Amino acid sequence: MKVMVMVTGTPKDEETAVPTTEMFEAMAAYNERLIKAGIMLDGAGLKPSSKAARVVFEGGKTSVVDGPFTEAKEIIGGYWIWQVDSLEEAVEWAKQCPTDPEGRYGALEIRPYAETEDFGDEYTPELREKEAQLAEELRTQRGEAGSASV
Amino acid sequence: MDIIRTVEAVWRRESAHLVVALTRVVNDVGLAEDLAQEAFAAALRQWPEEGIPENPAAWLMTVGRRRAVDVIRREQARADRYVQIARGAVPGGGVIDPLAAAGTEEHQGDDMLALVFIACHPVLSRESRAALTLRMVAGLSTEEIARAFLVPSATIGQRISRAKRTLAEARVPFELPTDDELPARLAAVLEVVYLLFNEGYSATSGPTWVRRDLADEAMRLGRQLTAWLPKEPEVHGLVALMELQASRFAARVGPNGEAVMLADQDRSRWDRILITHALNELNRAIQLRRPLGSYTLQAAIAGCHARARTFAETDWEAIAALYEALSQLTPSPVVELNRAVALLHADGAEAALGVLDAIAEDHRMQRYHLYGAVRADVLQRLGRHAEAAEELERAADLAPTQHERTLLMQRAAAAADRV
Repeated sequence: MKVMVMVTGTPKDEETAVPTTEMFEAMAAYNERLIKAGIMLDGAGLKPSSKAARVVFEGGKTSVVDGPFTEAKEIIGGYWIWQVDSLEEAVEWAKQCPTDPEGRYGALEIRPYAETEDFGDEYTPELREKEAQLAEELRTQRGEAGSASV
Repeated sequence: MDIIRTVEAVWRRESAHLVVALTRVVNDVGLAEDLAQEAFAAALRQWPEEGIPENPAAWLMTVGRRRAVDVIRREQARADRYVQIARGAVPGGGVIDPLAAAGTEEHQGDDMLALVFIACHPVLSRESRAALTLRMVAGLSTEEIARAFLVPSATIGQRISRAKRTLAEARVPFELPTDDELPARLAAVLEVVYLLFNEGYSATSGPTWVRRDLADEAMRLGRQLTAWLPKEPEVHGLVALMELQASRFAARVGPNGEAVMLADQDRSRWDRILITHALNELNRAIQLRRPLGSYTLQAAIAGCHARARTFAETDWEAIAALYEALSQLTPSPVVELNRAVALLHADGAEAALGVLDAIAEDHRMQRYHLYGAVRADVLQRLGRHAEAAEELERAADLAPTQHERTLLMQRAAAAADRV
């Protein structure tokens, strides 16, 4: 399963909490572990909300709110995309994330991707397995590389 | 959170490191794995009640070392080793730093690689390599491996213990292959990883979701290998190939369970995250500027499909050229058949026919319904509809499923109508 892990903090810490070299190093080491565990698919840091904008839809009206989002409870500062076996596995990895040395609030929100496989109740395993086999054979016909074609 | 799944997740993260560290202690990877399993069993008993320890790695290592002492105490013949281990173990069972036992971070990468190489060692059978890799490197239980391979747990259990015995009897050292050995040994590792992937991806039997887990496992192993062997292009190529194929998981089966061919797949259902990661890996493989290997070539072909927004936009010239390179590297009539399809789409029907003629006598092609189906496509492009109809009828007779037989008969009738 794929999960998106959102790194969140509070708006008041957004501009003031400047990461130290140690924190950068700790984060780099953590990223390295994620890569070596083979679970990392993507990840990026985001600029503070002072550089951001929000498009809000409410009551049939559309408005644009410029950052910083001082009213927000939590601000997303970055994200990862991991491939893991279970939500529990993602949680265990998230718990290993380096924390703010001064104990400032931070949270990692782990959201599994909605997979198309989730729609699969209407077809039985037998059907799927048979058709997947057929698909594999047809792949060859369509000039696609794959196990069956080499 | 499910506590058992949590324990399993922690175990998966720590198990390979633990096996490596214990191998350094007892100097026998099979025994080390047994000891690690005992530590895991202890964790499964204790953690659900007492909670996950602050430092699970250290906890597991301490238990593993104690078990090592127990085992060696029982085996008087190994008394000399007992002395060695007893020296390392703190009396009363103080916590031992597993990092100190396993060495530096850099060293750890080499140790993990040594573990992969020993699990895929040439003295072992192919199926043993697969089972041992899942067990020692990926940290899967015997039951999980048995489920993935659709065989009884006892079979996998025996396979693993036999493999460990073989390694011990052959006195296979726990070390990295030499530079001379590396290409062949790495090829064996990649073969195991791709075998696991195909076992999951092709899903010739068993519930699809279990099989897909196996494909996920193979991709994870592949990505780990890219971190440990960043300068080996085929490692990146294999990861790209697996991820590109897996990116189409959701799109290749229709809502009624029917197979959906590449031309008809809803490309919005392709997994763009996997594709992005895969294309990066493919670039890395190419940028290492070595002759392209078979996995990288296949990934490049799959990459052409992934980059095309629609089937019509497919770069068939590039695909035909890549198949030609693949054909030179690993000649096979099936590769030639694929090349013919690419040539046909690149609007070289004459050239495609030439390729098909060259493999017409191959006994596999003579029994292969898709050969006739492709040949009929080519003949129709050349306006030779009567011959195409004949090919399609022959192909229908060879088709393995009723579904395909019907499709081919319909196409035969349509071709005959155009004569």
